Amino acid sequence: MEWINVIVQGVLIGGLYALFAAGLSLIFGVMRLVNIAHGDFIVGAAYVAFATISVTGLHPLLSLLIVVPVMAAIGYAIQLGLLNRVLGNDILPPLIVTFGLSIILQNLLLTVFSADSRKLDAGALEVGSMPVLPGVDVGYMPLLTFVAAVAIIAGLQYLFYNTSLGRAFRATSDDGEIAQIMGLDNRKVFAWAMALSMAVVAVAGVFLAIRANFDPFMGPSRLIFGFEAVIIGGLGNLWGTLAGGIILGVAQGLGAQIDPGWQLLAGHIAFLAILAVKPRGLFPRVD
Amino acid sequence: MTEAVLEVRDLEVFYGNAQAIDGISFALQKGELLSLIGSNGAGKSTLFKSICGMVQPRSGSIYFKGQDLRGLAPARITELGVAMVPEGRRLFRSLSVEENLILGGYVRRPGPWTLEKVYEVFPILKERRAYPATSLSGGQQQMVAIGRALMSNPDLLLLDELSLGLAPVIIKDIYALLPKILGEGLSTILVEQDVTRAMSVSDHFVCMLEGKISLNGQSDAFTHDQISAAYFGT
Repeated sequence: MEWINVIVQGVLIGGLYALFAAGLSLIFGVMRLVNIAHGDFIVGAAYVAFATISVTGLHPLLSLLIVVPVMAAIGYAIQLGLLNRVLGNDILPPLIVTFGLSIILQNLLLTVFSADSRKLDAGALEVGSMPVLPGVDVGYMPLLTFVAAVAIIAGLQYLFYNTSLGRAFRATSDDGEIAQIMGLDNRKVFAWAMALSMAVVAVAGVFLAIRANFDPFMGPSRLIFGFEAVIIGGLGNLWGTLAGGIILGVAQGLGAQIDPGWQLLAGHIAFLAILAVKPRGLFPRVD
Repeated sequence: MTEAVLEVRDLEVFYGNAQAIDGISFALQKGELLSLIGSNGAGKSTLFKSICGMVQPRSGSIYFKGQDLRGLAPARITELGVAMVPEGRRLFRSLSVEENLILGGYVRRPGPWTLEKVYEVFPILKERRAYPATSLSGGQQQMVAIGRALMSNPDLLLLDELSLGLAPVIIKDIYALLPKILGEGLSTILVEQDVTRAMSVSDHFVCMLEGKISLNGQSDAFTHDQISAAYFGT
């Protein structure tokens, strides 16, 4: 029963990792941009929520009503004002620019919010749980995180394959040059993709901040989890990304069960093992 | 010359230091079909890309319905009424046949072409509407590319290498449909490797050689030898 519990908890935390990864996967899919600042944006979103709650006293989950549009607007502006200028055939300039953004963001957060670690208080939701099996209890918050991850990935999947915005995303990703002569403005399409990615980042940031303490420098380690989930699942496959998050979560849980010091290591080993056997991930998009 | 849909004047295009187009001028009248011929590397595709705004010319001008297209974004030029069937078709591979066609109509220019009209001209596409566009045969893919361009209801249609990589019988079918496709009033420039075919369907022609126009005029006004000399530069 103990092992079943470990796996169940691992699956649920996998939802959070999938949230970290979904936005990363989305913008890589649309514009081949590897966003090194993605983890810092997640932490940034947590701070935006922290500031919102300090001012308004809202519940963290309700603060999403403000944090999601704010982050989406920031994403739209950063894409139009900065990232579009460096995107091109060479993937190095955007990589370096987002690396720079990562450093700037960390220091900005440090200046504004200090190095103190913070946490968002979700009240009774945090401690409540329900028994699903003898000896296996599922916390409301991890369950809610997982449900949110599944809902967001289902929503993104629907958007990609059933809406005109999704069609524009796929067309621009397939052949940006021809998409332009269809009348699409690639810069705007990219800006919408980044806005969407940052909306997911906002949700990830708030759930992260309810679950654990955060400080200005924890972004890069979240980025690693996001990358690993994306790569395990296979690039460009959103459901694969969810599976990748779950595998990472379960591996970490199993590692921690064997020895608490092995938690992160087990996740990385699972990642490397899958990469060694299936270099393109478990469910690569078939081209 | 006020009737000209397209007027190109002293156009020069460079890729870095390499000159692809070296001062060409010509005009296309409304409803006319112009053949653009010339060997590989003569500058035909570059000319198309310049008209569509995918390449910025260094000097000269391109007037479309009296407006200079230089400096305009490709999307804006499409909105004005230019559409291209690109060389090698370049369909969106993660989009279905129907999605490719719908995207072609993204600019929502009013006109006779709708999804239904495209399906009427190419019934096979209606059958295959839900298939990924690139899973179709070469000829059917070319139909999707033509339909996609028509969906924007253009005033000027650029057809780049319609017959590239297609079986002769398929090429014949597509050319048989051409009058139906072009209808009345649509001005067209056709790039075609098969010079005899290009000459037989067009009103006028322009032959390019090393970025310059080596011969132009009415399609039936020159002998095979004259055209051959202009084509190969002998």
